[in-house]
Amino acid sequence: MEKIAIAYLAAGFGAGLVILGAAYGIGKLAAAAMEASGRQPEVASEVRTSMLIAAALIEGATFFALAICIILATKS
Amino acid sequence: MIFESSLIADTLHHTAQTVADTAAAAHASGGHGEGFNFVHLLEHIKNSNSVELPGIHLMLPQFAPVQIGGLTLDLSMSKHVFFLLLGGVLLLIASVYAARSYKKNLVPRGFVNLVELIIIFIRDEVVLPNMGPGGLKYLPYLLTTFFYILIMNLSGLVPYGATATGNIMVTAGLAIIAFFMIQLSAIKAKGLRHYLAELTGGTPWFLWPIMIPIEILGLFTKPFALCMRLFANMTGGHIVILSLFGLIFMFRSFVVAPVSVLFVVGIYMLELFVAFLQAYVFTMLTSLFMGLGMQGEHHEESHTH
Repeated sequence: MEKIAIAYLAAGFGAGLVILGAAYGIGKLAAAAMEASGRQPEVASEVRTSMLIAAALIEGATFFALAICIILATKS
Repeated sequence: MIFESSLIADTLHHTAQTVADTAAAAHASGGHGEGFNFVHLLEHIKNSNSVELPGIHLMLPQFAPVQIGGLTLDLSMSKHVFFLLLGGVLLLIASVYAARSYKKNLVPRGFVNLVELIIIFIRDEVVLPNMGPGGLKYLPYLLTTFFYILIMNLSGLVPYGATATGNIMVTAGLAIIAFFMIQLSAIKAKGLRHYLAELTGGTPWFLWPIMIPIEILGLFTKPFALCMRLFANMTGGHIVILSLFGLIFMFRSFVVAPVSVLFVVGIYMLELFVAFLQAYVFTMLTSLFMGLGMQGEHHEESHTH
């Protein structure tokens, strides 16, 4: 296989793995937030704020990996 | 830091070269027939030398690069620079108008009311919990960060606009300023000797040659994460929108158009939310790091919310 084909393939696999990790992490986070809001509705808005912040941080990490995938996908 | 930026600069240069080559090749071969080229759509997100308005294609002023020592200084204006300046001018006008209107009426109405709402939110939810009362002197910097990033993020969502924060050099500049502010706030709060002493981390003196470079490198990771997070969030949203529109061109039929536009509207709403969220997260993380730096060894009284 040519090098550029391997680069494209790797970019595809990489993007898939990235979304796997990100969706798993944010899913667990959202599940915990739902449970907490269900148990104690008074603190629901604070829980929501912390959830959004944590979700943004997790997404920040996934975008590092995504940037590498983009570099691979735009090689020539 | 220099290593990182040269790596990023090389990557950007390579990507720009790749896009230029591919575009040239596509044009040379009359390339609309052979199918969709992902690299081609990156042209819409990248920097360029012109600004487009409906009907007009403005070429921005270009200057010859100047050689100072070993560095080349190229001050020619590009699209992202234009939107940086535009965002700055808009922010200046809005801030001066809001500040002046307090002279007439202490209870704000309308637009100034909205600005005050955001300022109070950042002061009470972001600055005071993270940095304590000593952080109020950094409130102007954090508010500027928030509003400037917000205006630049939103500029990419209007027609004919471009996201300046979608350029990694812009977010790197913001992160560099955040880095200096974090160190400055730590030095001012703790004093230079204590700040340098913290770099050693309390290890015995013979471990210092290992400890200090690692600690200094660790200082750079947090602003680097800020830079990458903002850049990738802004660029990623635009790439998804352009790819969804590219589906129409890939299938080359009208049937795909309503489905594609519907998805794009959905992602567009998400991008609007992400624009606000990323501005807030940048500001909040900067204030958090500054608060951590200012706090140091002296554990403060736990504040009641």
